Amino acid sequence: MPKLTIDGREIEVADGLTVLQACELAGVEIPRFCYHERLSVAGNCRMCLVEMERSPKPVASCAMPAGEGMVIRTDTPLVEKARKGVMEFLLINHPLDCPICDQGGECDLQDQAMAYGFDRSRFDENKRAVKEKYMGPLIKTIMTRCIHCTRCVRFATEVAGVEEIGALGRGEHLEISTLENAINSELSGNLVDVCPVGALTSRPYAFTARSWELRKTYSVDTLDAVGSNIRIDTRGREVMRVLPRLHEDVNEDWLADKSRYACDGLHSQRLDRPYVRKNGKLREASWEEAFGAIRDRLTGLAGDKIAALAGDQCDAESMLALKDLMASLKSTNLDCRQDGAKLDARSRAGYLFNTGIAGIEQADAILLVAANPRWEAPLLNARIRKRFLGGGLTVGSIGVPNDLSYPVYDLGSGPDVLAELAAGRGDFAKALSAAERPMVVLGMAGLARPDGGAVLDLARQVAETFKMVREGWNGFNVLHTAAARVAGLDLGFVPGSGGRDTDGILKGAADGEIEALYLLGADEIDMSRLGEMAFVIYQGHHGDAGAHRADVILPGAAYTEKNGTYTNTEGRVQLGRLATFPPGEAREDWTILRALSEVVGTRLPYDSLGALRQRLIAVNPVFAALDTIEPAPWGDFGAAGMLDSAPFGAAIDNYYMTDPISRASETMAKCSAELGLGPLTRATGTDG
Amino acid sequence: MKITSYRRDQASEFSFTPENLKKAKAYMARYPEGRQASAVIALLYIAQAQNGGWVSPAAIEHVAEVLDMAPIRVHEVSTFYTMFNLKPVGKHLIQVCRTTPCWLRGAADLTRTCQSKLGVGLKETSADGLFTVMEVECLGACANAPMVQINDDYYEDLTPARLSEIIDDLRAGKEVPVGPQSGRLCSAPEGGPATLKDLPAPAKKGAEKDAGTEKGA
Repeated sequence: MPKLTIDGREIEVADGLTVLQACELAGVEIPRFCYHERLSVAGNCRMCLVEMERSPKPVASCAMPAGEGMVIRTDTPLVEKARKGVMEFLLINHPLDCPICDQGGECDLQDQAMAYGFDRSRFDENKRAVKEKYMGPLIKTIMTRCIHCTRCVRFATEVAGVEEIGALGRGEHLEISTLENAINSELSGNLVDVCPVGALTSRPYAFTARSWELRKTYSVDTLDAVGSNIRIDTRGREVMRVLPRLHEDVNEDWLADKSRYACDGLHSQRLDRPYVRKNGKLREASWEEAFGAIRDRLTGLAGDKIAALAGDQCDAESMLALKDLMASLKSTNLDCRQDGAKLDARSRAGYLFNTGIAGIEQADAILLVAANPRWEAPLLNARIRKRFLGGGLTVGSIGVPNDLSYPVYDLGSGPDVLAELAAGRGDFAKALSAAERPMVVLGMAGLARPDGGAVLDLARQVAETFKMVREGWNGFNVLHTAAARVAGLDLGFVPGSGGRDTDGILKGAADGEIEALYLLGADEIDMSRLGEMAFVIYQGHHGDAGAHRADVILPGAAYTEKNGTYTNTEGRVQLGRLATFPPGEAREDWTILRALSEVVGTRLPYDSLGALRQRLIAVNPVFAALDTIEPAPWGDFGAAGMLDSAPFGAAIDNYYMTDPISRASETMAKCSAELGLGPLTRATGTDG
Repeated sequence: MKITSYRRDQASEFSFTPENLKKAKAYMARYPEGRQASAVIALLYIAQAQNGGWVSPAAIEHVAEVLDMAPIRVHEVSTFYTMFNLKPVGKHLIQVCRTTPCWLRGAADLTRTCQSKLGVGLKETSADGLFTVMEVECLGACANAPMVQINDDYYEDLTPARLSEIIDDLRAGKEVPVGPQSGRLCSAPEGGPATLKDLPAPAKKGAEKDAGTEKGA
């Protein structure tokens, strides 16, 4: 615990901090470009120079370890002069682009030039110009603006685990470059964030808005089950971009590319008015007509002939409203697991990522079962990589082999390997039993198959065999891909007594035993299995698979257009907030269900979101504790049964297109054409 | 040496010959397990020699593969060091030393001779593909200034006329003696002495004095 004096104030800081961090703790701002708290220290921009007693020259505070008795000054003429000098050199080759630069207004260089720079230029010579580099459909490069901080190189190498950006040449001729191909990473959008200048900017967002015209709304992402904290920037009614928001335990500073760039899908293929199918064709209708058509069809229908499926991006409120509506219609046929995953709603520990995303950093052995975290949860994968870089982590995988950006032992491909492991046999069993904090991560591909219950049971056995569940540590994890799934299970959006599950509902619809099916944003089911007979009500925001099959379409709100509660794969309850209003006649989803309930049956007993949330908490108290993880008690789950010897498949075939929003997004289409469809087999240089 | 964009040359293939691979493995074996990337400069040199004096993108990628490195990392190294040629060079690469001692002794004239004789600019290759001329910083043969390096050999104590002859001889495929072209032995004084034995006996008084100071020191 070194004690040092900063600008005359004594401060004691933790061991291992740098002078720059100590200054931050002391409340002194140090300008910097190359230093980033989540990347390794480069010390090449020299902007963070401070004066240190007994040092003949100013020192780079980002690279200087804080030591006992140091006397640091940041407010001397020497420091001021050093900063001015560094700024002047940085600006020598930096173009005067600010008026046409997308970074303008949120640019570190611009801000710091204002705060610490000189007020005129003494440089008369020619500035250098650098050709653009190609970095894929997400990143626009204007490399003349680059100040060579190498943050992007370090981000790609360290966090993303793809060594595809480098500094070529030397001295005056140094250029940051790729090998002229798209960055093969699901985290590449973060390069835009780490770039302190306008060299790397967002290609889809280019020249569309200025940062100061945007209204910022703090919300939660729903395109995967990580629950990344986001900031939605809107201008008028349009979502211009999505940026990450710091949450240490979930997404840190980062955001996955789909979550960040799929937002242009919010503008196209939208359902902005109700539709009713007449004579086989969908026709525009008013809300009254749509509700009337539903009432006509549901009146007199027995409860067991009605079913409901909830999609992957539903908020908890609308799922609860639908569940209550189905209860008033005396139906128990409801399911929120549209991929047919055999998740067991009986025990909360059986469907959560119990270790927690931050908890990965304590693990020392990880067994991935039918999971591809790189695509299913890129930020969770980044945590595993961060843990791997810390050293002493063993990862084994059962299922399709993937390049996960860290070395993985390929243990096999099917449930039989898992059974062997559960019995304590095999080489990896030794690694698991030797580990102090082992984890098992079960992916949706292992559950969404006929023997999913038995696979879940086996995974539980593995957790118990290797003592993964004990006081203070729970190494059993389910990796969800759907943002709505955990909340759906928490509030019991699963078949009631005698009710049908997804498979049963689809079969019933084809056989004529289910006559009316309510799809709440459910687009991932095989619509062809529904047959022609069932009356399908689709409530959602995009004209995707569900809307094409629907007989009545009720236009709902996308995640940026409603206040909703989402529970991420860890069981963390977070609030998404309305950033813009739904288009046209579309409404917030729970209000549609509340209005419909008056027409078709009993009026739902809540008139406001607050009242609905009270009901939510009454159904399951976990919804009361926002942004906390309650350790779930270990219970019995899974169903012993026959195992299918078929190898595990993949839960996601194309990372860039997994839901109605990303399928409607032009940017995601470009990405998937360039990157998404190819197998992740390229070596990253860190392999082995 | 500006690297503006990367063109992957699909047509050209590169892999080490068995002898060169053996040499490469010998270099790699000098470093501890997992630190084979340390041999990258040595391997790039071998690749450059095998590839006719320059490292092609294919050669760079092959080195990356042999060392289990990301290609961009090897590109970083090869673009950083000026002694790796990233473009094809002639059969004889003439590197004229232009640092102060050589320059004072007429290096600029040597460069001009090369350029006018071969009809090329700096870093350009003559039409017959035999010669490439470039200026480099100090080659460490200041005592024999001015000098040039042609491929692996030094040609020292040059005059523009002698350099012109050398170029003619090389073009004709004749053998050219390496080292000082003025007839002196290495960097020994012109006209002797060539060894310490040839030294004239030092003046007695001075020698005593020198010995005395040495003792004193």
